[in-house]
Amino acid sequence: MISLAGRDILHSWGKFVFTGFGLGLLIGVTLVMAGVYRGMVDDGKALLDNSGADLWVVQKDTLGPYAESSSLNDDLYRTILAMPGVARTANVTYLTMQVKKGEQDVRSMVVGIVPGEAWGAPGWPPYLVAGRQITRGHYEAVADIATGFKLGDYIRIRRNQYTVVGLTRRMVSSSGDPMVFIPLKDAQEAQFLKDNDAIWQSRRRTEANPAFNRPGVPGLLDAVIASQATNSYVNAVLVRLRAGAAPDEVAESIRRWKRLTVYTRSQMEGILIGKLIATSAKQIGMFLAILAIVSAAIVAFIIYTLTMDKIREIAVLKLIGTRNRTIAAMIMQQALALGVIGFAVGKITATFAAPLFPKYVLLMPQDSIAGFFAVLVICALASVIAIRMALKVDPAEAIGG
Amino acid sequence: MAEKGIHIEGLSKRYGEGDTAVLALKNVNMHVAPGEVVGLIGPSGSGKSTLLKSLGAVIDPTAGRMTLGDEVIYDEGWKVPDLRALRRDKIGFVFQAPYLIPFLDVTDNVALLPMLAGVPNAEARQRALDLLTALDVQHRAKAMPSQLSGGEQQRVAIARGLVNRPPVILADEPTAPLDSERAMAVIRILNDMAKKYETAIIVVTHDEKIIPTFKRIYHIRDGVTHEEAGEGRGFQ
Ligand SMILES: Nc1ncnc2c1ncn2[C@@H]1O[C@H](COP(=O)(O)OP(=O)(O)OP(=O)(O)O)[C@@H](O)[C@H]1O
Ligand SMILES: [Mg+2]
Repeated sequence: MISLAGRDILHSWGKFVFTGFGLGLLIGVTLVMAGVYRGMVDDGKALLDNSGADLWVVQKDTLGPYAESSSLNDDLYRTILAMPGVARTANVTYLTMQVKKGEQDVRSMVVGIVPGEAWGAPGWPPYLVAGRQITRGHYEAVADIATGFKLGDYIRIRRNQYTVVGLTRRMVSSSGDPMVFIPLKDAQEAQFLKDNDAIWQSRRRTEANPAFNRPGVPGLLDAVIASQATNSYVNAVLVRLRAGAAPDEVAESIRRWKRLTVYTRSQMEGILIGKLIATSAKQIGMFLAILAIVSAAIVAFIIYTLTMDKIREIAVLKLIGTRNRTIAAMIMQQALALGVIGFAVGKITATFAAPLFPKYVLLMPQDSIAGFFAVLVICALASVIAIRMALKVDPAEAIGG
Repeated sequence: MAEKGIHIEGLSKRYGEGDTAVLALKNVNMHVAPGEVVGLIGPSGSGKSTLLKSLGAVIDPTAGRMTLGDEVIYDEGWKVPDLRALRRDKIGFVFQAPYLIPFLDVTDNVALLPMLAGVPNAEARQRALDLLTALDVQHRAKAMPSQLSGGEQQRVAIARGLVNRPPVILADEPTAPLDSERAMAVIRILNDMAKKYETAIIVVTHDEKIIPTFKRIYHIRDGVTHEEAGEGRGFQ
């Protein structure tokens, strides 16, 4: 027996290739959408992995530091370091903002880290692709290569200018913005420092307040103003545990004794994936559903039209004794062939298009495999309408009136 | 050897029920011997197509009896379990239009029938080629149907009707699209095939040119058949 579907496809290959191509672009978009979701999850995990922390200590009752804002006094790290099971602690600040280089600016997550620590301190970029880590207390930066900055570039963060001394990679925020590391003091300034006018006004307000400006207590006013001007806050304290320490137990004792909120790695992952990107994930899910329906409609329509064009031939095939099964198989095989062409085109398109997207698109083999079977199922279902019509064709039609 | 040919006795066919019912066949009696080509003529609406469809097992007759060879296929109801296999193995169809499958080449259009019956591809193609040779279109064996002339297409369609060596061939106006020379050639081929394979052939026609070639003719009027002798001139 010969393959009727195969012969028909060879005969009208133009139609199949064209339709397969169109379908393929749709499938490509679908695969990229799935890749965008995977990329977001992966960005989130990379953020947690690269932070080098086992525990995140944040302001009480907040989901900080990534999902909500959080501020802590910057001296807390010392008392946390004294807790049993804690090996290292590090102050860290996170602030998403526009970082300027000349005329252009790049949306980045500015991370404040304590400079001069040993390699691998929590919060530090774990590896560099070029240059060195920050060694000086001010005006040096390590940037992710996704920012497009080069070694030796001068960049502006609020009022200060920084020299890029090192480059790192895959260091992104949970929304995919590349990171720029700067010394903690500078970062605190960038986040909490008021501009000159605001400082001057607040000083005037303080001076006008008789509670602070007491002629009988010299030095009080100066002390109050000094305390207002310092920026002794950070967003989180990253904690690295001693080998063998149980994260949940240490977290619990910090919660109990320091009255702070503490997250373990798995809780943090829950926050990032379960809360921060949950809405985006639903959005992508909706897109996937719509794309699946549109693809199904296209396949159904094309297969239906192709079958309509063959009504007479189908009547003849039935008249000369072709089984319904053979005719149904012919139509279904064509739908599946269309799906296979579409998937191949889609996979190739997605693979070549993924790096062009501004956010990380992670194409996972298991998504491709699932996508392939989904396409086959959709195509098989879409051919049902055409098959039903073909089975209704009366062989008597071939004889005519 | 078992008797071949077609016997139809008292066949009737009613379309629809009640007020709108049409009695398309009232009393059809026909006998076609193996190797014989008979003409079936009658005015429009007299029931010719209905008769071919009944004999071709694509519609259900209402009453009567039909025998192919020594096998009763219909006696107040179908007597064969698989009408599809009956059509495939016992009946060849030739239509007014050739209705070839456009995506199969000439050889496979013909070879498809034996393939459907389970004959291996190579053998089916050989059978097809033999017939195409007999019908003088073997030089177009690899062409697609759309590349053939009308007469060539019709000959391929005839080859398809004959390829399973059915004991019966039903042809509905097979010469309508052809000029008189080609029409005569088709009738000649049908006569040759009838003799060679002992096939019983019924040809429905309006074609004045070919009517004189039949030895026997059935007239059908208002669903009733009348037999008469034809001129049976044969061919020059
Ligand atoms: N499916 C049907 N339903 C109802 N009536 C039908 C149907 N098919 C045919 N008829 C009627 O049965 C009668 C015989 O029709 P048939 O098609 O057999 O005629 P015919 O001899 O082939 O005519 P023609 O030479 O015009 O093709 C006609 O009156 C026709 O209207
Ligand atoms: Mg008719």
